Order: sequence, then structure tokens, then C-alpha cells
Amino acid sequence: MASTTTLDDATSHHDTHNEAHADAHDHGPGSWTRIFTTTNHKDIGSMYLWFSLFMFFVGGGMALLIRAELFQPGLQIVQPEVFNSLTTVHALIMIFGAVMPAFTGFANWLIPMQIGAADMAFPRMNNWSFWLMIPAAILLFASFAVPGGAAGSGWTLYPPLSIQGGLGVDMTILAIHILGASSIMGSINIITTLLNLRAPGMTLMKMPMFCWTWLITAYLMIAVMPVLAGAITMLLTDRHFGTSFFNAAGGGDPTMFMHIFWFFGHPEVYILILPAFGIVSQIIPTFSRKPLFGYASMVYATASIALLSFIVWGHHMFTVGMPAQGQLFFMYATMLIAVPTGVKIFNWIATMWRGSLSFETPMLFCIGFLCMFTLGGFSGLVLAVVPVDITLHNTYYVVAHFHYVLFPGAIWGLMAGVYFWLPKFTGRMYNETLGKWHFWLSAISFNITFFPQHFLGLAGMPRRIPDYALQFAEWNMVSSIGAFILGFSQLLFVWNVVSCIRSGAKAEAKQWEGAESLEWTHLPSPVPYHTFETAPIVK
Amino acid sequence: MQTMILSVATFFQLRKLKPAISAVYALIGVLGACLTGRAWAGYDFNIPQPATPISQQIYGLHMYILIVCAVIFVVVFSMMFYSIFKFRKSKGAKPDVNFHESTLIEIIWTIIPFIILIAMAIPATKTVLDMKDTTNPDMTVKVTGYQWGWRYDYSAEDIGYYSNLATPWAQIGQPGAQATEPKGKDYLLEVDNPLVVPVGKRVRLLITSNDVIHGWYVPQLGVNQYGIPGFIKDVWFKASEVGTFKGQCSQICGKLHGYMPITVIVKSESDYAKWIEDSKVKFGTTPATAAVTAALAAVTEDSNKKFTMAEAKQIGGKIYAANCVACHQATGKGMPPAFPPLSGSKVVQGAADGQIGVLLNGRPGTAMVSFARLSDSELAAVISYTRNSWENNTGKIVQPSDIKALRKS
Amino acid sequence: MTAVTGGYYFAPPSKWPLVGSVALLFFASGGAMVMNHIQPYGWTSMAIGFAILVYMLFGWFGQVIGESESGMYNEQVDTSFRWSMSWFIFSEVMFFAAFFGALYYARVFSVPWLADQENALLWEGYSAVWPTVGPYLEKNPVNDFVAMGPWGVPLLNTILLLSSGVTLTWAHHALKAGHRSQVIAGLFATVALGFTFLGFQIFEYAHAYSELNLKLTSGIFGSTFFMLTGFHGFHVTLGAIMLTVILFRCIKGHFKPDSHFGFEAVAWYWHFVDVVWLGLFLFVYVFV
Ligand code: HEA
Ligand code: HEA
Ligand code: HEC
Ligand code: CUA
Ligand SMILES: [Cu+2]
Repeated sequence: MASTTTLDDATSHHDTHNEAHADAHDHGPGSWTRIFTTTNHKDIGSMYLWFSLFMFFVGGGMALLIRAELFQPGLQIVQPEVFNSLTTVHALIMIFGAVMPAFTGFANWLIPMQIGAADMAFPRMNNWSFWLMIPAAILLFASFAVPGGAAGSGWTLYPPLSIQGGLGVDMTILAIHILGASSIMGSINIITTLLNLRAPGMTLMKMPMFCWTWLITAYLMIAVMPVLAGAITMLLTDRHFGTSFFNAAGGGDPTMFMHIFWFFGHPEVYILILPAFGIVSQIIPTFSRKPLFGYASMVYATASIALLSFIVWGHHMFTVGMPAQGQLFFMYATMLIAVPTGVKIFNWIATMWRGSLSFETPMLFCIGFLCMFTLGGFSGLVLAVVPVDITLHNTYYVVAHFHYVLFPGAIWGLMAGVYFWLPKFTGRMYNETLGKWHFWLSAISFNITFFPQHFLGLAGMPRRIPDYALQFAEWNMVSSIGAFILGFSQLLFVWNVVSCIRSGAKAEAKQWEGAESLEWTHLPSPVPYHTFETAPIVK
Repeated sequence: MQTMILSVATFFQLRKLKPAISAVYALIGVLGACLTGRAWAGYDFNIPQPATPISQQIYGLHMYILIVCAVIFVVVFSMMFYSIFKFRKSKGAKPDVNFHESTLIEIIWTIIPFIILIAMAIPATKTVLDMKDTTNPDMTVKVTGYQWGWRYDYSAEDIGYYSNLATPWAQIGQPGAQATEPKGKDYLLEVDNPLVVPVGKRVRLLITSNDVIHGWYVPQLGVNQYGIPGFIKDVWFKASEVGTFKGQCSQICGKLHGYMPITVIVKSESDYAKWIEDSKVKFGTTPATAAVTAALAAVTEDSNKKFTMAEAKQIGGKIYAANCVACHQATGKGMPPAFPPLSGSKVVQGAADGQIGVLLNGRPGTAMVSFARLSDSELAAVISYTRNSWENNTGKIVQPSDIKALRKS
Repeated sequence: MTAVTGGYYFAPPSKWPLVGSVALLFFASGGAMVMNHIQPYGWTSMAIGFAILVYMLFGWFGQVIGESESGMYNEQVDTSFRWSMSWFIFSEVMFFAAFFGALYYARVFSVPWLADQENALLWEGYSAVWPTVGPYLEKNPVNDFVAMGPWGVPLLNTILLLSSGVTLTWAHHALKAGHRSQVIAGLFATVALGFTFLGFQIFEYAHAYSELNLKLTSGIFGSTFFMLTGFHGFHVTLGAIMLTVILFRCIKGHFKPDSHFGFEAVAWYWHFVDVVWLGLFLFVYVFV
């Protein structure tokens, strides 16, 4: 168990390594080629994090364009086909460019430190996983500039609509292929590190929860990213080489694409949330000054969520006309996921129970996470019920649902993590007041943006439309105003991070009183370039 | 608008206050500004009034689940907020570090949600079985989605027609060009030819599509079903009252996905019977189809046939009505900017090869798909028709052999 | 720097990942252009990408082989390689699962649906008999085809691949026992069998196209047939190339009886490709 982890002090070598020592190795910090060639997990982790912050702003900028067009009925800012491309690329960038790389960034930074390893198992491949994202991002961005524009079929790329587009669609497909390769390599690296590089005495059931959630996430990724690759490969051959996988004229079926896509897609949404669960499971105990409640059942719950996620994909397809037995099976399986997810929520609350709580920014984000994610989970449950989904499918209710689990879920998990570990990464403290402002502004404007979307969906407003009937006007206006406040509030975050790095107050090795994992107990802040060159011994 | 600016201004003055308090203030300010800015009356927060037994059940199910979830939320989070207020470090709370494991409690909070879920699943299952039972319909209508409109075929009555957006683009506007007309009450929800059904009858819809996936979605009737090209999926509804019910295409289908509304008018049985009689004249399919087939049967015998102008216009007009009218309209004026006019079009008035090319190859990436499936004489006739109708007076006829020549290359 | 830490070898900074990413940028954008007939940029860009990729593969693997041979990899590194190769093969299994899933879905669901009562309205007279080109394509006699029978070339290929598994195992045992010449003979046989398999597959494809009129465009049957056998063939090609590399390394005297994971990894891969073939043989050829 993480909290009972202690180290043999004699084996921890942090004070023998400082910046100067690291500089002595050529290609170490300081050399300009470093960002291209580095094999250091901390460098690569930082690169991942900066990349995803950039992508978050680009994807967010697209969201703001979407919301600006939806501010009023009528067409004002973009042509309908551009609107569709914005929606599609917004989603792809947020999912594959912002959230997944950010989690991988944390994995790179933290996993070696938390299990007492010196680095990731395959440092060179690690660098490649990062650098593969750049060509993919270039392809995605460039697709806006080619004739025919970027893919406009929604991020789900359903054929035959995705068969119709031009060069942009192919670029998107190839970008996803490359991102998939990057994710698979990253996941193999993480799994291998977790399974093979743990310090002596660090048994699996002593690993911090963050490591556990990543172990399971990496497993999910290796299982489903290749399936996505298969699906989009078939799309490509249907587009250009005359196959008929998704074409009824040749005996195929567009629905087949949906099945294969969602077999990937549903586990994918848990890929987007499980590492956030891990981060939250590190932070809540810290600020409750008390071990995580029910560590073992947290591990089992996470594993159950992952396993169940393979058999629920049909809930995205209740309106394709599947037989009743199919609908019922997917409905029951989907509802079941509420059980292990509930176990997690209850355990977090029990961790706070009889603790000694304080409310620094990371903890605020975690509490926000608990409330808002649960709301999003409940709307998911509403959607899981087939007849109700029939009236809500492809309406803004769905948009509200998944932003509730993605923004206060995945993104807040990440933000909480950044505030929590910044002192460790940089050796400096962020500005607490600014952090609290960031939280409260985000929390409130998030709800202004997305809570009304439930009403829009219930009233029947379809998603992916640039223009709408007049009865939807009020709530759309509210939502757009919220979105702009939400978007610009995120600048506070960037400001806080940058000024922390440049001029924050000096942080302590164990900045947080209640922190228990190795990176806090056995490493200084900032962490030296090379850590744990000799494995610590965990008792 | 002014109130809005004011509230934003106050918000910034307040920045010296605690973040939490001032942020709440800002929320109230912004919401207040929005709500006072516009007429508020009659806005729905919930699923619209159900109009069929199934949508009634859906409404009930949603309320039931919503309430259960709300209760769970309140119970669970009152525990959390209790801890937040009770176990604060600032109030001197000491952590109880031994309270971190209990198998019993884990079992309890696994089983209780499970039971709650079963209680939700039972009524849901019943509704699923009801809504999937499409047997014994009183009538059947085939619904075909295409980019971007619908077609309804009442096969028993031999009626078939297209149903398109009726809102003029002058109300919609364009980026950079404001709408020139004010938006009407049914902005984007009005169609030229609605689907009409009798009240109290089980109506079975056979839903499919011509090109990409569309979604036939009318919330008040409890129907939301993808139209999938090459497949027919059936659904049913039984309207319990007369009235007009509106919906939209629910699945992204390209550029004009947002401009693909659905209107269903439920009429009393006698009104419906009358509507059928009128529509047989207006939308009848059999006579026209038969005439085209007969006329073509004569020409296709001989692909070296040379059309006379009268023949070409007569046959071509029928083919136009069957294949092109949905987009380019009977007037030839189309529905710009989505569907360009053929009347006065440079392509139609220009060299014949250009237009033949458009019809044989389509315009990739647009709704103008290839019509190569039509025969040489059919294409020749319809092209000749468009080149000699409305404002177009080329006086020239395109012959089947012209098509044949270009089809090869 | 040789970042040997506690015995575990952590690679020093390397340019190869970046080179690989540049290669893929050229390759992918070239591919997109080729598919959209943007020439000559498409082929040029693909060729540049491919050349850089080959350069990267030689450089990177060359470096890994060098490190391995100079004894920088300890047992823990070896275990890392084992884990990673297993997970990589798992990802490959899932990739093939997508295509097998498509085959299964078409045969069990979509094709029978197309012929059911409701869809008769669209596809009158279509009967769901596998193999099929689909309800629309079948109307045109140009698309008629004959399915590939299992008992000719495919059976032969099955025998070839199975025996290549045996010869590879023989080579492995010989390596463990330190019989260098047997290792080389066994590997040589395996590589030869692998390439023979490929030769037969090319022959089979030519036969399909020229005599059976079975093409990639032959509806859902052609699609699944060529994509499954094609991706399998592609994997056999990769496997055979890797085996060739291993063969040359053995000739050069690489590998030790107790440490030869490079050999084993390729062997695992080869067995995986073998098993996929058995699945193909059953579901694509035999149970048509
Ligand atoms: C992080 C991402 C994430 C997560 C975690 C989830 C979690 C869940 N999702 Fe969501 N979902 C998405 C991302 C996510 N989803 C996305 C992106 C889409 C749209 C894709 C697209 O079409 O573009 C989508 C769409 C989507 C649909 C399809 C809607 C439609 O298109 O018609 C459905 C339907 O069942 C669904 C259900 C659920 C359920 C039941 C959960 C459950 O896991 C939630 C479980 C949690 C709880 C229930 C709350 C906590 C539990 C308790 C406090 C215990 C007690 C509770 C009870 C007993 C009720 N989701
Ligand atoms: C992790 C995933 C994620 C995240 C974080 C977000 C974040 C946001 N999303 Fe997104 N969204 C999706 C995933 C996500 N979304 C998905 C999967 C879809 C479905 C797509 C589909 O239908 O296919 C979707 C669709 C979607 C829609 C529906 C579009 C449609 O149906 O047509 C809308 C509309 O309101 C929306 C809005 C927003 C907003 C306002 C945010 C805000 O949280 C963003 C906050 C803004 C910022 C963080 C940017 C800050 C920018 C500035 C301050 C400007 C300055 C700019 C620069 C310096 C470059 N999203
Ligand atoms: C589903 C809608 C649809 C149908 C049906 C349709 N068209 Fe079109 N047509 C379009 C669209 C959209 C365009 C504009 C394409 C573009 O943007 O280049 C177009 C363009 C054309 C043009 C070129 C006009 C110009 O000025 O560029 C011609 C000619 C034409 N169509 C003829 C026909 C004929 C003849 C038929 C029937 C046999 C037909 N179309 C059926 C949607 C349709
Ligand atoms: Cu038709 Cu959307
Ligand atoms: Cu899902």
C-alpha cells in the first residue's frame, strides 16, 4: 500500500546528484539538440505536457469558434461545412492531442519516480512516441488548408459520409494511424516499466494508485488502438481501393464500421478518464492527511471498469435499428459500469471522512471533479437506458454528458495534477490565490456553458448543427457566454504555470504535508535530472 | 446587453474579494443579464409533451431515473460536504489514519447501487420490448433520407413526394452577409410537404437512405432512427392526438445536416382520407412512372434513336421530376446556396459535354452525385429537357449517342 | 555517456526517433497525395519517406544489435524485451481481430440482413449465399467470381508455414545446444519456406485476378479475402525479412546459447503469423 511505503534512507542518492552533475553528461540539459534527441523521462514528460497544453488551446480555440457561431441562430461566422470540420477536429485534437498526451506526460514524469526506477524501460522508443505526434499534428492542421477542407464527418468518421470527403479526410485518417502507433508504443513502454522496473520491495499492491490506473489504461490502449487502426484502414480502402466493407451494394454495412469504431471508442473514453482517477487518488489522500480508503477495492474497481468497457459499445448505436436483445444486452452492461464507478466515488469520499482536510488548489479541483464527474456519470446512466436514449441520442444532452465527464473529469484531473506536482517538477510554488481563481472561474463558467445544454438536448436540439430553431436561442446564448469565460479563464492557468517556473517561491522536498509516495518522500524539489540511479529498497 | 456589460464590469471590480464569493456573484450577474435580455416565456426544460403511448413511457422513465439520480446525488454529496465542513484541518480536525479499509462497507456500497440499477432496468426493459414490436401495423410509409431532405412513399396509395426545408435562405443569411428577412416562428423547422398520418393508427415507417446516414427524429413521437443506405430499418408510432410534430435530422450528414427538418401532421381519419385523395392527384407516382417506362421502352430498343425536341422535353420532364426536382426544384431555380439553379446556369447553357460530364461523374464532395446509373437515352432526355426549359433556350438536343460516346471515355 | 544504471541499460540520446518521425511525415503525406492523384509530389514524397525510414531502421536496429553484442543488456533488460514483445504481439492480434470481426459480422449479420424480408424492398431477389459480391454488384455479370478453393495452393501454403514453424524450433533448440551450423541450416530452411509461401501467395493472387475474376473489388467477399490474406502476407514478409537478418547475425556469430532474445522475438512473431494463417485457412478458405 502506497501509504505504508517507506524507504531505506541509506539507499537514496538524491543529494549526490545535482544539476551540475547532470550537465556533465553530454546531451544533458543545456545542449540545443536536447529536445530532439533526449531519452530522459522528465524531458519527454515535459515535452508531452507542453505539447498537450498547446493542443488544448488550439482545440479550445476551435470550440470557441463553434460557440461563437452558435451564439445566435442564423449563419454568421463560418460556412456549414467549415463548422462540421471544426467540430470534428476540435474533438480529435482534444482527445488525441490534449488529453491522451497529457496523461502520457504525467506517466513519464511520475511512474519512474513512484516505483523507484531510474527511467522508463525504453527511453529511445519513449522519445519516438513523443515525436510521432508532431507529424500527426501537422497532417491534422494542414488538412484545413487542402481543397475540400478538413474532415467534417464528426470525430466518429462514420461512412458513407467520411467516404465523401477529399484529401483532408485521408490526412486525418493517416494522422490517426500515426497517433495510434505513438499510443501503442507509449503504452508498451509504460506497462513494461511498471512490470519490470519496480524497485525491490515495491510489489504491485504497493504501487501508488496513479501507477495502477496507468497499468490498466495502457492495457486498454494496446487492446483497442489497433482495432481503430483496422477500422480506419478499411475506411481508406473503401475510399480509394474499391472494397465494400461499409457499402451495402457490395454486401457490406455502414453499421459494421460503427461496431468496430465503438469497440475502440468506448474503452477509449475510459482511457480518457482512468489516469485522472489515478491523479485524484493521489491528491485526495494527501489533502485529507489519511491513506486512500479501500486501496485494494479501488484497484479491483478500476480493473472491472476496464473489463466491462469492452462489452458496452452498443450504447452508442441504439438508434441504428439493432434487435431488441442487442439493445437490452448493451443497456444492462452499460448500467453495470455504474457499480465499480460508484465504488470509486464512495471510496474517495470515505477517504475524506474523518480526515484532516485542507483546500489547496489541487484539492479544490479534485472536489470539483467528484461532483461534476458524478453528474456526468448520471447523465451517462440516463443515456444508457435505451428508450430514453432514443429521444436524446445525438442531441445536446449527449454533448452535455460527455463534456461533464471530459472537462471536469479528464481536464480537471490533469489541472489538479499540474498544480499538485508543479512544486516537484520545478522546485517552485505556483500562486495559490491565482490557482483558486482559476478553479472557481472554471467551475462556474463550465456549468454556465454545459448545464444548459442538458435542457437543449431534452428539448430536442440535434448536435453538430451550425444553426438552430428559435426556441433554442436563449440557452445557446448562455452557453456561448459561459464558453468564452471558461476559455479565457484557462489563460490564468498558463499564466500561473509560467510565472511559477520563472519566479515562483522555493518549494520544499515534501511540499504537501500529507504526501506519501516516493517522489515526495525521497526526492528533492526540483527532482534532479537523474534519479534513483540505484534503486531504493521499499519496505 | 447593457446589463451584461455592467455585470462584467462589476465582476472585475470585485477581484479583491475571495474568489469563490465573487465568482458566484459573476454567475448570477451573467445569468441575470442573459435572462432579462430576452423573452423568457414558454421555454422548455424538459422533453417536449409526449404524443404517443411510447413517448409517454419514455417521459415517465426519464423522470423516474432523473429523480433516483438526484436523490443519490444529494445523499452522496451531503456526506462529502459534511466531511468538508466537519473535518477541516483549519478547525483542528485530526486524521483518523486507521480508518482506511472495511470489506463490509465495500460490499454494502457495491450491492446497493446494483439493486437500484435493477429497479431502473425493469421498466426500461418493458418499454424496449414495446417499442421494438413493429408487428400488425395499420399502414406503412417508406422514409428515405437524402442529402438534404426526405422522401416519403405511401406504397399502398401510390403516393410519393419529397419533403424539403421551406425556410428561405434570406432568413438564414451567410457569413459576411446578414439575413435579409426576419426569422419566422418556425425558422428551420418548416417543410414544404410534411408527412401526414391518421390519428390513433399504428404507423410503421420503413426508414432508409439514399446516400449517407441520416436520422429520422421526432421527439414527441418517440422515434429516432438512422436511415442507413442499403438497409431498411422499421419503427412504429401511434399518435394519440391530432396536431403538428416537428423534428430534425439527427445524424450528421454533411454540409446541410442542420437544414433537414421533419414535420409530421397527424390528422383525423376523415381529414386524412381527404388528404390522400388530394395527394393522389398532386404526388401520384404510378401513372408518371408507367409513362416514363413506356416511353423509354420504346427508345431503349434502339440506342441510335434520335429524339425530336418534343419527345426529349416530354420524356426528359418526367425524368427530371423523378430524379432532379428535389434539389433543383420544378422551377429550375434550385435552392441557393445549397442547390444551384439550372435555369440560367452557365453549365447548362454551355457546351453539352460539360453538363454530360457533371451528370456522369457528379461533383465529388457535393450532393450532386453521379447519375451514371440512368441509361443513355434517359440522360439524353433529361439533359435536353434542362437545356430547353425555363430561361434556357439552347434549341439543341442531346442524343443518346452523345452520352454513349462520353460514357466510354 | 553509457547510462548503465544499476546494471539496467538506459539508452543515451538518439537521433533515430526524430529521423523516423520525419520519415513518417513524408510517407504519410505522400500516401495521402498518391491516393488523391496528386502527382508527381505523391510518389516523390513517399519515396523520400521510405528511404529515410529504411535509413532509420538500419541505423536504429544496427545500434541495438551493437549494444546487445557488446553485452550492455543485462537480464532485466532482457525481461523488458520479453514483456514488450508480448504486448506488441497482443496489439497485432487485436489488429487482425478487427478484420476477422468484419468477416464475421458480414457473414453472420449484414449479408443475411440484406436478403431478409424488409430489405427485399431495396434488393429484390438477393439471396444471401456466401461467397457474395453483394446485392447490387451481383446484378452485373462483370462481377461474377469463383471463390478460392482451399485444397490447392492454400493447403500447400499451410503445410509450408507449419513446417517453417518446425524448422524454426529446430534452429532454436540447436542454438540453445550451441550447434551453430544446425542453427544456420534451420534458419535457412525457415526463411526459404517463408519466401516460398510468399511466392505461392503471389501466384495465388495472380490466379485469382486472371482466372477466378476474384478481386479486391469483388464485394464484401473480395474485400475481406484480400485484406485478411494481404495483411497476413505483409506480416509474413516482415517476418521473413527479420528472419533473414537473424540468419545473417547467426552467420556472423551473434547470439549465445543462454542469451538470444533477438532470435526469440522473431520466432515468437513468426509463430504468431503462423497462428493467424490457421485462422485464415479455416475461416477464409475452408468454411466458405
Ligand atoms: C471520460 C469520458 C467518458 C466517461 C467516463 C463516460 C461514462 C459513461 N458514459 Fe459516456 N460518453 C462519452 C464519454 C464518457 N462517458 C463520450 C465522449 C460520448 C459521446 C461520443 C460521441 O458520440 O461523440 C459518450 C456517450 C455516451 C452514450 C451514448 C449517447 C448517445 O450517443 O446516444 C452513453 C449511453 O449509454 C453513455 C453512457 C455512459 C455511462 C453509463 C458512463 C458511466 O461510466 C458513468 C458511471 C458513473 C456514475 C453512474 C456516477 C457515479 C456513480 C455513483 C455515485 C454510484 C451510484 C449510482 C447509481 C446506482 C446510479 N455515454
Ligand atoms: C477532452 C475533450 C474535450 C474538451 C476538453 C472539450 C472542450 C470544450 N468543448 Fe468540446 N467536444 C469534444 C471533446 C471535448 N471538448 C468531443 C469529443 C466533441 C464531439 C465532436 C463531434 O460531434 O464529433 C465535442 C463537441 C463540442 C460541441 C458540439 C459541437 C457540435 O455538435 O457541433 C461543443 C459546442 O458547444 C463543444 C464545446 C466545447 C467547449 C466550449 C469546450 C471548452 O471547455 C473549451 C475551453 C476553451 C479553451 C481552453 C480555449 C481557450 C482559448 C482561448 C483563451 C483563445 C486564445 C487562443 C489561443 C491562444 C490559441 N464541444
Ligand atoms: C441531392 C441533390 C441533387 C440532385 C437530386 C440533383 N442535383 Fe444537380 N446539383 C446539386 C448540387 C448540390 C450541385 C452543385 C455542385 C457544386 O457545388 O459544384 C448541383 C449541380 C448541378 C449542375 C451544375 C450546375 C452549375 O451551374 O454548376 C447541373 C447541370 C446539375 N446539377 C444537373 C442535375 C440534373 C440534371 C439532375 C437530375 C438528373 C440533378 N442535377 C440532380 C444537387 C443535386
Ligand atoms: Cu440528414 Cu443530418
Ligand atoms: Cu460509451
